[in-house]
Amino acid sequence: MIKFENVSKSYGESKVLKDLSFQINQGDFVVLIGPSGCGKTTTLRTINRLIEPDSGTIYIDGNDISALNPVELRRSIGYVIQQIGLFPNMTVEENIAVVPKLLKYPKEKWQPIVKDLLGLVGMPYDENAHKYPSELSGGQQQRIGVLRALAASPPIVLMDEPFGALDPITREALQEEVKRIQKKLKKTIVFVTHDMDEALKMADVIVFMSGGKILQMASPEELLQHPADPLISEFMGKHRGTVNINANLTAADFMKTRVLKASGSMQTLQSVELMRNRDVNSMIVLNEDDTYAGTVSLDTIKTHGKAGRAIGEFMETGVPTVNLKEDARETFEKLYTSPAGYVVVLNDDMSVAGLITKTSMAKAMGEALWGEMIS
Amino acid sequence: MTNLMPLILEHLMIVLIAAFIAVFIGVSLGILSYWVRYLDKAILWTAEIIQTIPNLALLAMLMIIFGLGNVTIIAGLVLYALLPIIRNTYIGLESVPSHLKDAARGMGMSRLQRLMKVEMPLSFPLVFSGIKLAVVNSLSIAVMGVLIGAGGLGYPIYRGIQTGSVERILTGAIPVVLMALILDYLMSKVEKRLVHKGTRG
Repeated sequence: MIKFENVSKSYGESKVLKDLSFQINQGDFVVLIGPSGCGKTTTLRTINRLIEPDSGTIYIDGNDISALNPVELRRSIGYVIQQIGLFPNMTVEENIAVVPKLLKYPKEKWQPIVKDLLGLVGMPYDENAHKYPSELSGGQQQRIGVLRALAASPPIVLMDEPFGALDPITREALQEEVKRIQKKLKKTIVFVTHDMDEALKMADVIVFMSGGKILQMASPEELLQHPADPLISEFMGKHRGTVNINANLTAADFMKTRVLKASGSMQTLQSVELMRNRDVNSMIVLNEDDTYAGTVSLDTIKTHGKAGRAIGEFMETGVPTVNLKEDARETFEKLYTSPAGYVVVLNDDMSVAGLITKTSMAKAMGEALWGEMIS
Repeated sequence: MTNLMPLILEHLMIVLIAAFIAVFIGVSLGILSYWVRYLDKAILWTAEIIQTIPNLALLAMLMIIFGLGNVTIIAGLVLYALLPIIRNTYIGLESVPSHLKDAARGMGMSRLQRLMKVEMPLSFPLVFSGIKLAVVNSLSIAVMGVLIGAGGLGYPIYRGIQTGSVERILTGAIPVVLMALILDYLMSKVEKRLVHKGTRG
C-alpha cells in the first residue's frame, strides 16, 4: 500500500504538487492521468525517490520512504519508462537481470527468472536472451523493459507512459500483456499516461490530476458516469458513456430541463403565445402547489378553446410520466408508446423535472455512443 | 641504423608511461568534472590553459622542478595529454542519453554502479578516441625531450639539425611517423574489440 500525505513539490516559483494526499491499495492498477504539466510524472517519481518532495510524507506499507536508503528502495520497486531505457551495452538477458544482480542473486537464481519472464511474453530464451536491444523491434524492447522491472519480483511497479512511443497495434498488444501479467502476478502498478483510452482499459482506479492536485480519484466507471470536473469530461471526450452505455443511465440523463410550464389558471391566449414564442406545441400544467397536473397542447386549445378560458379546462392527463431515477430502458419504452410523443419526468415530490422527447432521447443516446455533440 | 632501435624503444617507453599516467589522471578528472558540477569548468579550463603553453616553455618550467632527464619529458607529455582525455571523458559521460541515466537510477544503481555499468561503457568510444589522440600527439612532442636531456628519437633529429644533415633528421623523424601510424592502427583494432557489440554503429 502506498500512501501520500500532504505531499508538495515546487520548482522555483511553480508548484508542481500541491498538498497531495491519497492512497493506493495493494494489487491495484492505478493510472495517473491529466493534461501535461499536471504533476502526474512528478507524483510517480516521488514514489521511488527519483524526486524528493519539499514537504509531506510518502509511506509504503506504513514505512516513511524518506527514512529508507533510496538506492535500496528503488531496487524494491519496478520502473519502466517511455524511452524504454534498455542498456545498449548489455544483452537482453543482462538487461533483465540488472536488478537481481544488484541484489547479488547468484546466477543459478537469476537465470531461471530470465527464462520464465521471457516465456511470459512469448520470447523464447534461446532465441532472444543473447541479443542486444538494438536487434529488437520497439515492441520487443519495451517488453524487455517491462520484464526488467519485474525481474526481482517487486510488489510495486512504476510505469511512466511506457507505451507512448509505440505504434497503436503494438501498444494494444502490450497493454493486454501488462494487464494480464499484473493480474497473474498481483502487482500494484502505478501507471502514468495522457491517453484516456489506455487509462480506461488498464485501470482499476484512475487518478485524474490537474495543476498538481487530484481532481478525482475513482474507478473508470465512476469517472465516466460522474466526472467531478468539466475538465475531466472534456478529457474523456468521446469516451463518455462508451464503455457503459447500459450502466445506470436514468431518465435524468435524457431529459431536457428547459420546458414550458404554467399554472392551470393561465388563460388560453397567453399560453398559445408562449408556446408559439418557444416554438413548441404543448406545455405542462401545474397544480397550485407546483406539482404536475397534466399537459395541454396547442391543437386542443385551437380546436376547443375560446379566448379567456383557463387552460386547466383543456388539460390532458394521458401523457406518461416517469420518475427522475427511472431506468433508461423503462423510460425509453414509455416514450415509445406515448401518444403525445414525449414523457414527463417528475421529481420525488411530484414537481416537474423535465421532459423527454424523441429528439432529446436521440441526442442523449448519440452522446452516449459518440461523445459530446456540438449542439 | 643498428643503434636506432634502443632510441625507438626508449621513445616508445617514454610515451607509453606518460600515456598510462595521463589516462589514469585524465579519466579520473573527467569523471570528477562530470560528478561535481561546479568543478567541470575549472578542470577543463586548467587543462586547456596548459595545452596553450608552448612546449619549450612548459618543459623548461618542468625542468626546474624535475631536473634533466626522462622524468621531465614524461611529466610534460602527461600535462599535454590531459586535455583530450579529460575533455572526451567529460563529454562522453555527459552525452549518455538522459533516459538511460534515469533508468539506471530508477533500477537502483548507486552512482559508482551507474558509472561502471552504464555510463563508462557507453562513453568508451569517445574516451578512447581522446586517448588515441593524446598518444599520437605525445609521440611527436616527445622529440622535444632531447632539449632537456631525455632520451628517444629527439636525439638523431637534434644532431641532424646541428650538422645540417637531412638524412639524420629523417632517421629520427621517420620512425616517429611510423610509430604514430602503427600505434593508431593498433589502438583502432583494440577499440573495435573493446567497444561493445550492442553499442556499435
